[in-house]
This record gives sequence, C-alpha cells and structure tokens, in this order.
Amino acid sequence: MSQEIKSGPVPDVAVADIERRKQEAGDPDYEVGLESLSQWQLAWRKFRKHNLALIGLGLLGALLLIAILGPILLPFSFSNVTRPDVIVSQGRGPSLAHPFGETGGLQRDVLTLVVNGARTSLFIGFSSMAIGVIIGTVVGAIAGFIGGFLDNFLMRIVDVMLSLPILFVILVFSKFFGQGSALIIVIIFGLFSWMGVSRLVRSLFLSIREREFVEAARAVGVTDRRIIFRHILPNALSPIIVAASLIIAGNIISEAFVSFLGFGVGPETPTWGNILSQARTFIPQGNWWWPFFSGSAIIITVLAVNFVGDGLRDAFDPRSRA
Amino acid sequence: MTETVNVPAPLGAPPVGDALLDVRNLKTHFHVLDGIVPAVDGVSFSLGAGQTLGIVGESGSGKSVTALTIMRLLDIPPAEIVEGEVWFDGREILSMPIDKMRRIRGNDIAMIFQEPLTSLNPVFTIGDQIAEQVELHKKVKRREAWDRAIESLRLVGIPLPERRVKQYPHEMSGGMRQRVMIAMALSCEPKLLIADEPTTALDVTIQAQILELLKTIQDRTDSALLLITHDLGVVAEMVDNVIVMYAGQIVEQGTANEVLLNPKAPYTMGLLESIPTVEKRGGRLSVITGTVPNPFNLPPACRFEPRCPYAWDLCRQVAPELAPVRGSDQLARCHLHTPAGDSRLPAALERHTSAMRLGQGHSDQ
Repeated sequence: MSQEIKSGPVPDVAVADIERRKQEAGDPDYEVGLESLSQWQLAWRKFRKHNLALIGLGLLGALLLIAILGPILLPFSFSNVTRPDVIVSQGRGPSLAHPFGETGGLQRDVLTLVVNGARTSLFIGFSSMAIGVIIGTVVGAIAGFIGGFLDNFLMRIVDVMLSLPILFVILVFSKFFGQGSALIIVIIFGLFSWMGVSRLVRSLFLSIREREFVEAARAVGVTDRRIIFRHILPNALSPIIVAASLIIAGNIISEAFVSFLGFGVGPETPTWGNILSQARTFIPQGNWWWPFFSGSAIIITVLAVNFVGDGLRDAFDPRSRA
Repeated sequence: MTETVNVPAPLGAPPVGDALLDVRNLKTHFHVLDGIVPAVDGVSFSLGAGQTLGIVGESGSGKSVTALTIMRLLDIPPAEIVEGEVWFDGREILSMPIDKMRRIRGNDIAMIFQEPLTSLNPVFTIGDQIAEQVELHKKVKRREAWDRAIESLRLVGIPLPERRVKQYPHEMSGGMRQRVMIAMALSCEPKLLIADEPTTALDVTIQAQILELLKTIQDRTDSALLLITHDLGVVAEMVDNVIVMYAGQIVEQGTANEVLLNPKAPYTMGLLESIPTVEKRGGRLSVITGTVPNPFNLPPACRFEPRCPYAWDLCRQVAPELAPVRGSDQLARCHLHTPAGDSRLPAALERHTSAMRLGQGHSDQ
C-alpha cells in the first residue's frame, strides 16, 4: 500500500479525515506502525549479533559483580591475617578450603586477594577512564567548537603531554603524590589518559559543527552551550564510547605495571598488580598459583573490555548493517 | 508594490511605513586566503508584513549569504559585515547583542534550509527538536511544547502526527523531512519566514506540494516570506515581488509579473531566454555565454558586461546604478535604461523578444 499525502488548502482537515476513515476501517497504520528505534536500540540490535562482544560483556558483568559482592561473600577478609606471627617461606597450592591456594609469607588466601584486587583494579580502570574521558571531551569540544587560538593552544598542550615519556611521569607522580592510595592513582591515570580522547572529540566536533542541523539549531536560537552538549555531543558519543572502552583496558594494564614496580597502590590494598609484585620472589620456588590467578584476571578483563569495545565499534558503525 | 520596494528612510532610523524587514545597503565580505570576496555588495530591499519576496540568482550571486547575514548565522571571521543595516520589526538587528538576536531567531524569524535530509539532528526524535524550540522561545512546559509540536506537524499535513513526533529523521522521506522543517519553522508563529531554496533537494512532485504548503501556510498565518531560489518557475508561482541578484548586487527589482514578463536587465532577459518552451522547439536554446566572474577579479564597471550581448564602451567604464526604469515600477542596474542607452534600447528589446519567441538560432541571424 502506498500513502498519499494530500496538500490542499486545508491539509489538516483532509488528514484528519484520512485518519478517521482508517481507524473506522480498523486498518492499522502500515507505515508508521513500525517501531521507532533510537540509535541506541539500533546499536544494541547489532551488538547482540556480535558473539565475542556478548561474551566480553558477560565476563565484564561477572567481574563487576564479583568485585562488588565477592568481598562480602567470601569467608576471609584480606586484611585479617590468621597467623600474623607465622611467616612461611612456601605458599600452599590450591585446595578445597583455598581453591586458589595460599600465599607464602603471611599465608593469605589468594582467592580473597584476587577478588579484593578486582575491586581496586576495576575501580581504577573505570574511574580513571571516566576522568580521562570527561577531561578529553571537554577539551576536545572546546577546541573543536570554538577553534582559533584556543584550539591551537589546547592542541599544543595535548602535543606536549603526548610527547612526555608518560610511564616515567606516572611513576614519578605516583611516587611523590600517590602514597599508595588508589584514589590518587585514579586521578593520576585520569590526568594522563585524556589526550587521545580530546583529539578524537576535536575532530568529531570539527566535522559535526559544519553539519546542517547545527546551523538549523542556531537558526532557531539555540545557545552555543546547548548546541555543544545537546546537539553535537550526542552525535559524537559512539566513537567516544569505543575509545573509552580501550582506555579502561589500557589503564588496568598500566595499574598492574605501576603496582608491579612498587609505585602503585600500597600492599595493604590488594590490586592485581601488587599481588603480582608480592608474588615475584616466590615464583622461583614454584608458587605458580600466586601470580597465576591475578595475572589471568588481568588478561580476562582486558580481553573482555577489548571485545566489548570491538562490538561497540561495529554496532555504532553506520556502514555495517545488522 | 511601491510601498514594498525601496522604502526611503535615513540610515540609523527605523523604516517608515509598514516594512517588517528593511535591509539597507548591506555589504557582506568574506576574508579568504586569496583576498576578499564581496559576496553581498550593497543590497537594499524591504518587505512588508504578510508579503512575499523572492530572491533569484545563480549559485554564488549572494542570495544565501544575504539570508544568513539577516539571521546573523555567518561565522565572523571569515565573514565581515562591512556596511549596512537590517531593520526588523522596528529594531536594527545587526548591531543587536547576540543573545537578544537568539531570541529573535526561530521565534520572530524562522529559516527553512535547503537540505531537509541533513537539517534535522539524527539522534533526536522530530518531536524533541520541535519541542526544544518551542520551550526555548515560549517558556512553556515540556508537555505543552510537545502538544504544540504535534499541532504544527498536523498543520503541515503530516498524517498521524501523534505518532510521527516520536520518530527519528531517518524514518522519513525527504519531502516529509522538509515538512518537518517547515513545521519547526512555524511552531513559534514567526513574523518572517526565510526559505533558502526549500525545494532544491526534492523531486518535482514533492516540490509542488511543498511550495503549495508554504503558500497556504503563509496565507493563513500571515507571516512574511523571503524565498530564495534559482528557479524562475518557483518565483512566478510564489511571490509578489522579486529581486534578481548577480555577483553580489541587485540587478533588477520589481513585481514578479513585471520582472518575468518584461525584464529590464540583460541578465534577467538572458535567464528568461534560456528557459526552454514549446515555441522554441527546433531552434537552439539561448544561453548566457561565459561564466560568473571571479570574485577576486570583478569586471571594473558593470559586473555583467563580459557576458552581456548588449554591452558597449560605457559598460566597461562606468558602473551602472540600480535606478528606476522609465515607464515602469521596476528598478534595473543597466545603462540601457539611462539616457545614454536610449539609442540601443529598442534593438536590445527586439533581440530579446525574438530570442524569447524563437530561441537563439533565429535571433542571431
């Protein structure tokens, strides 16, 4: 069936008439009867077809759940050392009571450490991503939208930040300001992970700014701030989300790295990185379970995040049709 | 007609008479790498409440820039409004603070763009976009703004507006989206509607519908319409008065009937001659030879002179003024209509009449 649009001197009456007749005939509207899907719904439809991404999302969900609920459900507390006076030179392998084994030294339960580590590591990964993405988006949006001198200035700052040997700087910052606190690590990582996002957002703004709907919005009297946040940003969101997922993975690895070198979160708060760091001296003695489980957790998390990122990229790509 | 074209008022004072929009000696230049482009160079016109004015001209003649200057939508720099005033509803809007101008945009002056396919934000429903504008200007609650969005969609003939408001732009065809743009423009009941080539991107049948819709609505809401187009057919159908622009200047101005039936400027004559008609079948269609002049290197005097079949020495030495044509209400920028051109005028008109009737093959013999 095709629909005829009548434009006569009194279109509204004609349309009302068509509508009434259609309702009387019990004819469900064929054209507008289709469900309207927002870009998120469309993206989700495509995302669902991406198996690896779904697995990644499931893993990530499980890890988050473990990080949130795990420490509450486990019988041991990571700070409660059962025999503080006994320091052993050998850990104990996985057993029924301790499925991930026990550490050497203070004989802590590795499962408890890894689960508590998940909490800190994921917290660091996600929060530092949030900080980085917010800073990057604001800087990129200002640079791309306003342009001119400000654009130049901000992008030169980005260039400078990108030319720093970033890991070294993070190590130095962690050493001097970190004091082993996870929150400070989050802030430091956040402050050093926005540059890529800001470049991305700037380029997106530069192109979206010239689109006609932005001019149309301006023509109806929308303020600049509203244009930036209500009209341009939602159109730039999908690449930002993809970039954000990759930052999470990067920052979890960096955290492990920094903590492994002893510059990260202090030993009193377990993270996957400092578990590895403490296990280091016990590896030659064959205590494989100590580093193995936290190392695996890092690998699984990063893989899951990357799969999700991959799925998101495909889902948001307008050229791929599901 | 006389009260709509060229209302004389001193610069700096509000317009006399009932002019809703009064543009005076507007000059908009663009600063680009190679120099300065005088995109709009001394354009003046006025438009009364409820009236219609068409601006025609080929690409690059300054039509759109004129509209964008009035809306103050140009990026400054590279654009620069060198000179001129735009009076709207008793206020000069070029010197107005931008936040005041923002309250006029969309509320008192609405604009319909050329590309309906890209003028709607793809991530929001059309209801969101219309309601945003209503909320912005009318200070009403969200619910009320939505109702108003539905009403304006109904007004432009979109069936089942209650359901259409919840749809996204990509779910609609080009014609539908242009209707949405018009609904959006109308949602705040503007006093002036600027339509910048509203039908260029649409096919001919939809074009007719949209034009008819614009006309109906303009009649009913009594808003003034400034229609920018390069289509003389659209002009004939839609507007009372017409301005013909060439290389940033007005070359002819008058009522649509007069300009289309008795063009005075050679450029307008050329445009009309190049329209294919049944009578011209078999002959060669006239063309305006040459191309639009390079904006960095405009002809020294008359800007149309290199392409004008009637040009003579004077046209290369003295720039013609836009002046009333004797025995007519039209204004034209051409030496043919000054005393100096008296001897050449009859031959020129003769040639034009013949080209209109028979096409170029015959007129050249």
